[in-house]
Amino acid sequence: MASEKDLNLEATELRLGLPGTSDESAKNQTSATPRSNKRALPQESMTSNISTASKNCDQETAPHTKAQVVGWPPIRSYRKNSLQPKKSEAEISGIYVKVSMDGAPYLRKIDLKVFKGYPELLKALEDMFKFKAGEYSEREGYNGSEFVPTYEDKDGDWMLVGDVPWEMFTSCCKKLRIMKGSEARGLGCVV
Amino acid sequence: MMNYFPDEVLEHVFDFITCHKDRNSVSLVCKSWHRIERYSRRRVFIGNCYSISPERLIARFPGVKSLTLKGKPHFADFNLVPYDWGGFVYPWIKVLAETGIGLEELRLKRMVVSDESLELLSKSFVNFQSLVLVSCDGFSADGLAAIAANCRFLRELDLQENEVDDHRGHWLSCFPESCTSLVSLNFACLKGEVNLGALERLVSRSPNLKSLRLNRSVPLDTLQKLLMRAPQLVDLGIGSYVHDPLSEASNKLKHAIQRCKSIMSLSGFLEVAPRCMSAIYPICGNLTTLNLSYAPGIHGNKLTKLIQHCRKLQRLWILDCIGDKGLGVVASTCKELQELRVFPSDPFGAGNDAVTEEGLVLVSAGCPKLNSLLYFCQQMTNAALITVAKNCPNFIRFRLCILDPVRPDPVTNQPLDEGFGAIVQSCKQLKRLSLSGLLTDQVFLYIGMYAEQLEMLSIAFAADSDKGMLYVLNGCKKLRKLEIRDCPFGNAALLEDVGKYETMRSLWMSSCEVTLGGCKTVAENMPSLNVEIINESGQTVFNLDEGQKVDKMYLYRTLVGHRKDAPESNQTYLKCRGDLTRSDHHEPSLNDMIKDMKLKNISGDDDFIISESNNFKLQSQLFEKEEAEIMILKWKRL
Repeated sequence: MASEKDLNLEATELRLGLPGTSDESAKNQTSATPRSNKRALPQESMTSNISTASKNCDQETAPHTKAQVVGWPPIRSYRKNSLQPKKSEAEISGIYVKVSMDGAPYLRKIDLKVFKGYPELLKALEDMFKFKAGEYSEREGYNGSEFVPTYEDKDGDWMLVGDVPWEMFTSCCKKLRIMKGSEARGLGCVV
Repeated sequence: MMNYFPDEVLEHVFDFITCHKDRNSVSLVCKSWHRIERYSRRRVFIGNCYSISPERLIARFPGVKSLTLKGKPHFADFNLVPYDWGGFVYPWIKVLAETGIGLEELRLKRMVVSDESLELLSKSFVNFQSLVLVSCDGFSADGLAAIAANCRFLRELDLQENEVDDHRGHWLSCFPESCTSLVSLNFACLKGEVNLGALERLVSRSPNLKSLRLNRSVPLDTLQKLLMRAPQLVDLGIGSYVHDPLSEASNKLKHAIQRCKSIMSLSGFLEVAPRCMSAIYPICGNLTTLNLSYAPGIHGNKLTKLIQHCRKLQRLWILDCIGDKGLGVVASTCKELQELRVFPSDPFGAGNDAVTEEGLVLVSAGCPKLNSLLYFCQQMTNAALITVAKNCPNFIRFRLCILDPVRPDPVTNQPLDEGFGAIVQSCKQLKRLSLSGLLTDQVFLYIGMYAEQLEMLSIAFAADSDKGMLYVLNGCKKLRKLEIRDCPFGNAALLEDVGKYETMRSLWMSSCEVTLGGCKTVAENMPSLNVEIINESGQTVFNLDEGQKVDKMYLYRTLVGHRKDAPESNQTYLKCRGDLTRSDHHEPSLNDMIKDMKLKNISGDDDFIISESNNFKLQSQLFEKEEAEIMILKWKRL
């Protein structure tokens, strides 16, 4: 607020926006922050300017396609949120799961997103823990090795890696465990 | 000479009158009909929760069993209303509970619903059966758990597009084993995991379940099990639809789907592997409603192939990735189509697949029964709108959103006045209209002239002057809701006929030219309106100068004065007390009042509010007789 000593230039200053708003908000009027009521269109002031400017229709209308006007297009925020962030979330964050191996002193973590399918995943696990997983078949599980890759799913059950489609696996796998020895053999027999 | 019917006979006749408008009209015929209707009314609709209080609702309709309430203004959907604006349901539930109302059904839209309210609701009404929440917020899974646990006869739990904080997923387990009454369960909007075992058991013990909409976390194998247990489903919302089409799981699913011969409505596919759509084909032939607007994963050939199987579709909601060509497929396949909604899949980009005027023209040519449209598109032409108007004169709802807010006709560079003008002139039953694109005052002249049945109008970035708004206010006699943003309408338009606002539910104006002084004038002259100012800059309104423009104004008719729960930034006005006791006040004559009623279209409203406000006058003046002697002759609609 201007003190008595000032010339009170603020009060007579020509600017866009409601009198009494601070310099900050006046400067920020071309950006569309969620709180800001100012539209980020090149014509900064009220609509009368827009329609009169656009009435000179021999010229191209201003390129609005990328400008984000608050509340435009009129789509419910629920809908907007469900379509957009999912994409970027999925792109940015990986699906990191813990991997334990029976007998190993500490656990590891891997990002399931970087693999395209089971063969790649198994190769990565074999490299990481220095073991060989054996041949996978739907009937018999992993044959020819005392190591069996298993995972805990959403329901808390321990499942054999490889039974379900890859996308389903990545969406429900919570952690991996490479079982060894007699426990592993028991799992291989379960249909 | 007409004999009088006993009350019971009239009550029985009124049982057949279910539509809100008609019941409101019935209540205005005479004192006796008013009384009988009042006590026999079971379903009440309140379009603005601040227009009346729960106490007055109960005083008028003590037998109410079903209540529909709407809270925030429509533009709240687009983040134009502060989160703390209001619309709390708790006070309603509290009063209904305290007065011992036998509430059975509660339907809320754009209201703030706390967990506390849900818990109170669940414990207060023994016969509570149906909860429908649309675009609400404020609750978490804890509130849902209370509903599940305590509502012993729950038939319907329908959650549509709510922002829910569901940090815990156990609410489904809270349905007791004894709960077997579910008919409808929709939790598609919940983001968290649910207890799948509990879900399966719940569906198994719900033989009457007709509608089931799952959320994203429900995987395919659970879906398959649910379908096996509920082949009687009529409405299905699929959560996750990811499977390998060659797998055993996929075969099992196909088999389960084929058993569901009654499914007429399909939605969801919140996660989808599009190559699996063929499993759905067997049920497509029966579908009347298909909502793929949350399934961006289905597009291109897969989408059009799916639609080609849906010959009986009446309602279709899709994303604009369908493209104009895809809309052509809709036009040639879906001859029964009545409602089409095309949403943008990429609101801020210039999508190549997005739709244009061509797609709309194709649909209008192929689907003559089309009467309801919501269409987001890149561009529109006057010629296309004129063609659409000719092809489809039956529009009741026409909402067009051109993504670029002031885009003219790209072919002629003209505003879209003529196109929309053709729509309003041709569609004589039009009740709802949303405009976009470059528009001058001219379009509003057309609207005022032709849109005689218009009840709701949404305007953005349009018009040149106050004339635009005046054309609408003067011409549209049945207007109930007017919402305007970013238009050059100022005090002259606002103040021309303030009495008009009493015949409407509400008026919203944001980023327009109305000033504080203008708003104050309305408030001071109309005690029956609340005028609210919402200022974004955080400045309280009392510091503003009368000549300053307000950011947002929301005014609405009310019988109960200012609300007590408005946030600080949102001020309603004090009226001039003096106005209420004018010394030259005279009682209007009967003829004046009838004329007034006709002009104000009092009886043609869903909302009983206006009839309530005139109630006192009616009882004391208009109907001196207990019974109307010529009631049957007057009552043509029955």
